[in-house]
This record gives sequence, structure tokens and C-alpha cells, in this order.
Amino acid sequence: MVMKQVFGRPETLCDGATHYCGGCGHGVAHRLVAEALDHFGLHDKAVGVAPAGCSVMLYDYFDVDTIESAHGRALAVATGMKRANPSLFVFTYQGDGDLASIGMCETIHTANRGEKITVVFINNAVYGMTGGQMAPTTLPGQKTTTTPLGRSTATEGAPIKMAELMAGFDGVAYSERVAVYDARHVLRARKAIYRAFESQIHQAGMGFVEVLSPCVTNLKMSPEKAQAWVAEEMCAAFPLGLFKDTLSQYEKENAPAVEGSDAHAS
Amino acid sequence: MSPSNHGAAARPGTRKLVQGNIALAEGAVRAGLNCYFGYPITPQNQIPEYLSWRLPETGGVFLQAESELASINMVLGAAATGARVMTSSSGPGISLMQEGISFLAGSQIPCLIVDVMRCGPGLGGIKPTQADYYQATRGGGHGDYRTIVLAPFSAQEMFDFPMRAFDLAEHYRNPVLILSDAILGQLKEPAVLEPAGIPRPLPNTWALTGAHNRPARNLRSMYLSGDDQEIHNNVLWEKYNRIEQELPEAEQIETDDADILIVAFGSAARIALSAIRLAREEGLRVGLFRPVTLYPYPGKALRELTSRVNRVLVVEMNMGQMLDDVRLAVTDEVRIHFYGRPGGGVPTPHDILAKIKEC
Repeated sequence: MVMKQVFGRPETLCDGATHYCGGCGHGVAHRLVAEALDHFGLHDKAVGVAPAGCSVMLYDYFDVDTIESAHGRALAVATGMKRANPSLFVFTYQGDGDLASIGMCETIHTANRGEKITVVFINNAVYGMTGGQMAPTTLPGQKTTTTPLGRSTATEGAPIKMAELMAGFDGVAYSERVAVYDARHVLRARKAIYRAFESQIHQAGMGFVEVLSPCVTNLKMSPEKAQAWVAEEMCAAFPLGLFKDTLSQYEKENAPAVEGSDAHAS
Repeated sequence: MSPSNHGAAARPGTRKLVQGNIALAEGAVRAGLNCYFGYPITPQNQIPEYLSWRLPETGGVFLQAESELASINMVLGAAATGARVMTSSSGPGISLMQEGISFLAGSQIPCLIVDVMRCGPGLGGIKPTQADYYQATRGGGHGDYRTIVLAPFSAQEMFDFPMRAFDLAEHYRNPVLILSDAILGQLKEPAVLEPAGIPRPLPNTWALTGAHNRPARNLRSMYLSGDDQEIHNNVLWEKYNRIEQELPEAEQIETDDADILIVAFGSAARIALSAIRLAREEGLRVGLFRPVTLYPYPGKALRELTSRVNRVLVVEMNMGQMLDDVRLAVTDEVRIHFYGRPGGGVPTPHDILAKIKEC
């Protein structure tokens, strides 16, 4: 009987255990990014920019060149890399505190310049690594270690909807919000990440994917309950969907002449 | 008065009247600059304005960033690919960059940072100062680290130092800072805008260029496992020790017969030279010790010189910052006088002459 392998570890995802908590969404998101790196054959020219936050140690998990960035500055670092060497494939992987709070200025200006960079944004509604403080994406009423009575929109504002915000910039070719709480949504997330990769590969503009992801430890929930919380509470506050896709139009107009489009073949 | 080698007169080639900031920008281009990232601030704006058209001519990248925070982190990203990269700013902007400079030092990524000093603290003003000496020479940001600091004092050195800076930055894998000021940036004087050599970037064994036919690389400053952070810091420390052995440089002018020594760098050293000329006309034997590297400080040479000349006048356009390094360098037998002008005050040669007479 001929055995065919139908599922395995992506080549650009390193073997071994991660430091992530059981039930955390980072593991799935890492896998999806690695699948995209494999699919487009980017091992030899990818550079990953790690943020400050739980995913700072992504350089231990991806078998591609990686760099650490200061809190919030990943997109400035990525801009420098891409401008200095446009043949590199540059992606950032950032959390909500990094991208939407301390790094908001870099985020919107990088988007506005239309840097050919792929951004994977993990929104888990809380500061994970520092122990569960309020994030810019914390839900109204959500209790955190710095909003013990629950986030008040009157005094702390409402959660920032990044995928919609990014869609407003001409320089962004693709912006979608996805979630990783069940298999169907994981598959959709994979497709969105592929499209964000293609935004850069085709030189169409910034590709942005917001991934709603459970933080079991700081939600103080079991993995099952945390996934349900993402599905019910987070998705209510952050509607899933595609908010910007000038990439498709760009592909129609430019596809035959685009350099590097043969990457699809790999 | 023998001319100092800062003058264009000593150099072969065509002399041109040039502004200090422009000399520096062109010097960087001739040094093989690949990318510039910066944000406007007086008194250094001529550097980005010039590079905005000049750098693309050479195939380089010019990008005006949204802030100095972004500038320095763009520098980090671009330099991490092995490119020759610089930024320039002045006090308030350099302060914003300190976190990034700490990351550059911790990750051992070479680059050039130019501080055209304006007076502070706070927003301060746009007049010249030397008040960023501590910030430049003591690290400036968080953590144990040093940046190599070069102090030009002429348009010629503004042109020449970027080449040295890039060579040193790559040799030691460390950020290099050129500490200039509003006088040096804005003055116009003759300089030879022809480099003494050609750019020689080192073969790169660490840059992030894609893991093609080699294992994946990583640049970082954080080491969480066991004693790894201490081990990493000891690697940096060993490098700083080598820098302190190999790099200190100072210029000595009219020191052979001197009874009194002025210690000054940058603009203050130029004014001191005029004061020394006045003093010599009155029969006072005064010499100049001008540190060219501020980190590493040329303390050993100063200590040797002051074993002969034990009256020292330190002149700075601040409240006395390099003064600390002079005190650390010399023995207790040396009498140290200080003349400082903070807040944009610029001493005249006659002001300094009066202080010489008090020594």
C-alpha cells in the first residue's frame, strides 16, 4: 500500500516546542505564516521582524532570517529593510499593544507610504507578555489587570478596529480580519495570509491581516472557553471580513508583467 | 601659528567653499552611503535636503521618516541588511533616538548617526552648544553600551569623518556618532571634497540577506536563557576594551613649549586656537589638546602631556561635561581650570584669553 503524507510541519517552521501557552492562538498563526513562506518559496529571501511581546521569540520558530525590533517599531525596521534591499520578502508579526498602541504612528505612516511589506497582526484583546493589562483592542467592559472594573469607553475609549483603519490608506492593497478559533476560520485565515503575502510579491502595496486570537492565560479561561469567547465576544466587537482588496484589481491589470509571479508555481 | 591639519590647505585637490552640513552629506555619499533616513530639525536640515536629491543620483535611498523614532529604527532595519546607512538630527531628535541606538549597540549593527548640536535642555534654542557630550559619550540610552564618537572641527573634517565613521562602524560592528554643532554645521569655509580613499565595506558575515545557501541568521539584543545576557554583555565589554586600546585620538597644536594647555573639542577648539594666537602674541606659551575621538577619550595621551604641562584650561560650550574625562585622565598634581558657556553662549577668543591669564 502506498502511503502519502497529507499533513506535516512546514519546512520554514522549526521543529520543537514553543514557549506559548497551551491553547494560545500564536501556534496556529505561526503555522499559517510558515505555510505561506513555503507555498511562495520564500525561505531564501524572507526576513521576519519580531515585535516586543509574546511573539518576540518568533526567531526561534521560523527557519528564515529574523530581527528583533523595539516595542512598536517593527514597521520602521521593516521599512528600512525593504527600502535597502527590495528583493527581500519582509514581514512583521505584531501584537495589539505593539502595532495599535505604542507603534500606531509607525503603523499608519508605513501604510500611508504603501511599503511593500506583509503585516500579520495578532489581536488578542490584552497585553499577554506583561501579564494581562488593557490593550487598545480590549473590549468594552472587559476586565484586565489595569481595568479591574472593566474597560470603560467613557474614560479608556473604545477598541481600535485596525483592519478597517488600514483599509482607509491608499497604500494598503489588502486588509482582512480573520480568526483562528475553529478549522473553518483557520482555513479562511490561511487564505487571507496568502493574499497579504501576494500583495508584497506583486508589489501592489502593504498586505495586512488581523488575526483574532485567544489568550487563554490572561482571559483565565480553558482553551475551549477562550475559543468560544473569541467567536462570540471578539467577533461581535471586531467583525470578520475583507475590508480592502485593490490587490485583485492590481493583479488583473499587471499580472502578465509582474516580476516574481512565478512564485505561485512553487 | 602652524595650521592644524583640519584646514583644507594641507590637502591635495581643489578647494571649494562649502557649508559644514553639505560637506558632511557629500562626505557620506563619497563614503558609499546607501540609505539615509531622517526627520527635519534645525540646525541640520541641509543634510537631508542635500541628500534628498544627491543620494538618488548614486542609486541610494533617501526617505523622510515620520519621526526620529521611525528614522533610527529604519536605520536599524536597513543597516541590518549590510547597507551603509545614516541618520542626522539635533538634540531633541537625538534624545528620541536613544532607544533605537541602544538596540543598534545591543544587536551590534553598524551605522552612522550625526548630531548637529543645538542648545537645550528641552526645546532649548537653535544656537550652538556642546551640551550633548554626556549623552553621546556615556551611551545615551538604556543599558551598558558605548557608541564611538568622532568630533570634527572644520568643514574638511565634516567631509572626511563619514568615511572613517563607516569603516570603524563596520570594523567594530558598532554605531558611530559624529558630534557636530550649529557652528560647524552652518559655517562655510574652503574644503577639499575629494575623499582620501575609496569606500571599502567589509565582507559581511552577519547581515540579513535571506537564508540562501546558509543557515538562517538572527539579529537581537535580548537573551533570556540562563546567563546568556551576561555572556552577550561581556562580548560587548571586550569590544569596548579593544576600542579603548585601539582608537583614542587627539590633535596637539603648539604643545611642545607650552606652559598652559587648553583642552577643547569641536567649535570650542577652533575658538581656543584663535585665543592661543592672541596669547602667543603676548608671550604666553599656550598649546591646544584637541580630542578627536570623544569615546574612546584620549586620556592616556592627555595624562602623558600633563606630566609636563600642569596648568590646564578646559573650554566647553556647556556646564562642564568633557571636564569629567579630563579629571579622570590627569593626576592630582595638575591644576584644572574650567571655562564654560551653556545655553547657546559662544566664547570669544578674548574671553578665553582672559581665562588663560587666570591660570
